[in-house]
Amino acid sequence: MKYQKNENWEKHQKEIADDNYYLARSCIRQNFFPAAEDIFIKIIRNDIGKNIYDDPRQTTCSGIAYHSGVIPFETTMTVVARQFALMTEAGFENFVCSCVTSFGIYSEVLETWKHFPEKEAEARDILKSTTGMTFKKPKNLAHTSDLIYKYRNIIAEKSKFKLINKHNGKQLNVVDHVGCHYAKIFPEKGVGGAEFPYVLAGMVDAWGGAQVDYPERRHCCGFGFRQYLLKSNRGYSVANSKIKFDSMEPYKPDCIIANCPGCTFFLDRWQYVIAEMDGKTYGENNMGIPVLTYEELAALLLGYDPWDIGLQVHQVAVEPLLDKIGIEYNSELKYKGVDNIDMGMPEKPLNLCC
Amino acid sequence: MNLYEELRKDIRYVEGMNACINCGTCTAVCPAAAVSDYDPRKIVDIVQKENEKYLIEVLKGDEIWRCGECLSCKTRCPRNNVPCYIVQSLRALSIERGYFIESEQGRRQLAVKRTVGDHILEYGYCVYIDEVSNEMYPEQGPVWQWMRDNKENVMQRLGTSYKQDKAGALRNTDKKSLDDLQKIFDATGATDRFNKIEAASAEFAAKHGIGFSKGHDEYFNKTYNGYQEGGSLNEVSEK
Repeated sequence: MKYQKNENWEKHQKEIADDNYYLARSCIRQNFFPAAEDIFIKIIRNDIGKNIYDDPRQTTCSGIAYHSGVIPFETTMTVVARQFALMTEAGFENFVCSCVTSFGIYSEVLETWKHFPEKEAEARDILKSTTGMTFKKPKNLAHTSDLIYKYRNIIAEKSKFKLINKHNGKQLNVVDHVGCHYAKIFPEKGVGGAEFPYVLAGMVDAWGGAQVDYPERRHCCGFGFRQYLLKSNRGYSVANSKIKFDSMEPYKPDCIIANCPGCTFFLDRWQYVIAEMDGKTYGENNMGIPVLTYEELAALLLGYDPWDIGLQVHQVAVEPLLDKIGIEYNSELKYKGVDNIDMGMPEKPLNLCC
Repeated sequence: MNLYEELRKDIRYVEGMNACINCGTCTAVCPAAAVSDYDPRKIVDIVQKENEKYLIEVLKGDEIWRCGECLSCKTRCPRNNVPCYIVQSLRALSIERGYFIESEQGRRQLAVKRTVGDHILEYGYCVYIDEVSNEMYPEQGPVWQWMRDNKENVMQRLGTSYKQDKAGALRNTDKKSLDDLQKIFDATGATDRFNKIEAASAEFAAKHGIGFSKGHDEYFNKTYNGYQEGGSLNEVSEK
């Protein structure tokens, strides 16, 4: 079955540029996984040896506001045009974004401009009249997970660890969660398409782990934009994440990886909420299933220190995964600042063991 | 201009509405339908009948606000309809015509505007750590509380550019960039939509004796928190 699916994935490959990337950061990833994007930059620059530019003038793509219904598509198209203008001014042609909502937005804007060229002309006119800026469209658009996928075998060669349980020699069970807007809007723009996205599964295969093929593998994490943003609607979000946790639980996942910053956040935090509300935990020994971004997992395998890459700010403790892989860490330094400054410790949850 | 003429000017509607065969595939894969009474098949079926009376009921109702815009429906529709795009165009029209204020879910757009909408113009980001308190987002949990309590030190430890004027995570957005965003919002209809949401909400609040000023006022708290604090606005409007 696995080999048949991999053949399906082979039919859906996308072009990913070889070098010289303009990086667009993610609102959500910066806040909730604040070290992740800089780890990504370090891996691309130092471990892979490619050029990537981090522009201080970039802003949000405005996608969360657009998908929540408070701003028009025309606004988002013009904000995107400004991001492309910054890329053009910086002398780059290959646009890579860290957010999956943004990836969907950039894909959608470029596709819209193909079918409605008058909308591109309108965005150009408004951008010029409001900011004085002009732009070229990117030659190549990729998500940051596409780059890690592209270089997954180089990362495997340079890695100090594999996704193997050092205690029993078995492959670790890894759940891959691909954000909806990575390929569900435009299947041809994602590695592997929408039905069998391979962007994360390819990393799991290359790094020695075993994919977990569970019934709700393609179900949304439950972000829902305005549904999460409003406390009054937030039940939508936790209920959909719970559908996934209940579905994956029998397969005993050792960790979850996600390419969307929002999904990573929700799959981490809702485990805490479900544990505190219902006493239900999904990992071993009343712990949760560790949830990592793909660049965090790559960095761990390459030998980066877990606390340098920000794993201490995940609510679900990552130590069970580190222990299985055989990664050494100093627990006393987990919550220490620069020069080991004491910052206290987070309170312990009542039910979710940490 | 009648409502359907207005809808057909929206490229989201043009792209989303082809010929629905009512198969229900969209509802079968929809996360909103999985956890609520939301039914995208029903919405598309009503809208494609092109009966303005029914359309106005939809625009005044809660249903169109339940979609999570995951776009799973786009992948699976066998006739290339996109129920989510149709809902996007309905939401825009509902606000444009002021119908959103007739439903509890619609009224909650005020809280969305005053969080993610205003954050863009203040910070350059949709989301910003300084605005994400554990009181408003209790699911953030104790690690987030610790992180916020030690923001400067944690952000330095993790190598960010928090509150700094240089490239990096959580850097300050420069004034020119924020000014650019404001001008784009003014020129493309976002400011106008913000003003419509605020004005209709102010009118509703005055009519029902709910405190309304700006920021996290009484009206914001009722729309943001819903049933958890102070009762719902449905209860208010039924009085």
